Amino acid sequence: MLTVRTVGRRFPGGVEALRDVSLRLRAGDFVALLGPSGCGKSTLLRLIAGLDRQDSGTLDWDAGHAPTPGEIGFVFQDATLLPWASAEDNVFLPLRLRNVPRAQAIPEVRAALDRVGLSGFEAARPRQLSGGMRMRVSIARALVTRPRLLLMDEPFAALDEFTRHRLQADLLALWQSTGCTVLFVTHSIYEAAFLARRIALMTPRPGHIEREMVSPLRPEPQTRLDPAYAALVAKISQVMEASLGEQ
Amino acid sequence: MIIGRLAPALFGLLALAAWEAAVRLTGVPVYLVPGPIAIVGAFFADPIGLLSALASTLVVTFAALTVAALLGTTMALAMAASRLAQAAIQPWAVVLQVTPIVAIAPLIIVWVGDPFASLVVCATIVAFFPMFANTAAGLAATPADLADLFRLYGAGRWQALWLLRLPVALPYFLAGLRISGGLALVGAVVAEFVAGSGGFASGLAYRILEAGYRLEVPRMFAALVLLSLAGIAINFGLGAIGAAIMRRRGDG
Repeated sequence: MLTVRTVGRRFPGGVEALRDVSLRLRAGDFVALLGPSGCGKSTLLRLIAGLDRQDSGTLDWDAGHAPTPGEIGFVFQDATLLPWASAEDNVFLPLRLRNVPRAQAIPEVRAALDRVGLSGFEAARPRQLSGGMRMRVSIARALVTRPRLLLMDEPFAALDEFTRHRLQADLLALWQSTGCTVLFVTHSIYEAAFLARRIALMTPRPGHIEREMVSPLRPEPQTRLDPAYAALVAKISQVMEASLGEQ
Repeated sequence: MIIGRLAPALFGLLALAAWEAAVRLTGVPVYLVPGPIAIVGAFFADPIGLLSALASTLVVTFAALTVAALLGTTMALAMAASRLAQAAIQPWAVVLQVTPIVAIAPLIIVWVGDPFASLVVCATIVAFFPMFANTAAGLAATPADLADLFRLYGAGRWQALWLLRLPVALPYFLAGLRISGGLALVGAVVAEFVAGSGGFASGLAYRILEAGYRLEVPRMFAALVLLSLAGIAINFGLGAIGAAIMRRRGDG
């Protein structure tokens, strides 16, 4: 789907956020960008989303051109919903911005809410919903355009552990049923090990992908009980500490 | 609980009683300090005259508030639309804010000519700044993530303005309206003072001046009380309207 080639990004003021970052994203893959805060994970995600531009290197899309609006879904760390709009109107927003008439969009919007388990909450305002439900609305909004690539920027970091586990399991199911490609930024080793098929370890100052690991686990909720899961977590921790220690 | 609610009213009554008692015990002449009873008496001696004067002042106030709201919002939008407009407008808005209206009111009255229009212009100048500054702050307060979201989905300028920036700015606008409401009243009264008898249909300020010349001090106080009550009503009224709008929208 996308090949990131030796991308660099230096912010005005001189901070070098990314240096020589390369990453291959295959269609249907689930890749976690794992690293400590400030290692440039979010910067890389924003470059891929087209919200920022790299100073060097290239993004080569297999389609030959950058995705059009709607081909990329983006889920932020906060749910970033319009506080005055209902769950339904929030999910409708991406279609509304493409001038899809409401009547035509509503079945699609309802289906997206249903997929994230929020049937019956169409009229609820964000402040009437829990943090986990707000994040579900946000995911439904990202899915409503049927994106080929879903970019997620630490979406579950602010949730409590129980809610996080449920949303992670539901995200795996959504990934399998929609078949879209997911690039998931996280600073949690457990989250990366549970969700991703491939894990790209990033180190900071400047942000760089230190190493990529392939997960031996099956993508299913029971994985958390699998000894292989614990082993993967231990291995990632070891590699991560070794790479960070070198700096 | 009930005592807590009644406390302000009880305190007010107590203060009024103390005032009346002090006036009676010291024997201060009524043309220096009238007691509350004399003030109420002065109101009921000519309720229609005072209330029609209040109505005339309120017409100026609301006309000025409307103009200030429209003008403030328009300028804030212009500033939000372009950095050049922002650089050009902002310093002048501050000049307008710091210029004492009493100093320029005579000029405005001479230049504008029409008494009603000149009062509205003066009151608008006083009411303009909070309207403008609040709305501008609201338009600049769009959360960065939501702005990114709109960009990601290819939203146009007008879509972003209509679906994101204006709704975000609404509570700021309503807060500005509430502040400006009180200021428009103050501006209207100041302008009436400067205009004197030349004012439009003679508002409350003119009644105060007139009563002052005649040493009808209780009537002066009655007019003052009416002004305060009108100011309080405007403040609470606009506050209630704002709260109702936010409640209706579902995020207030």
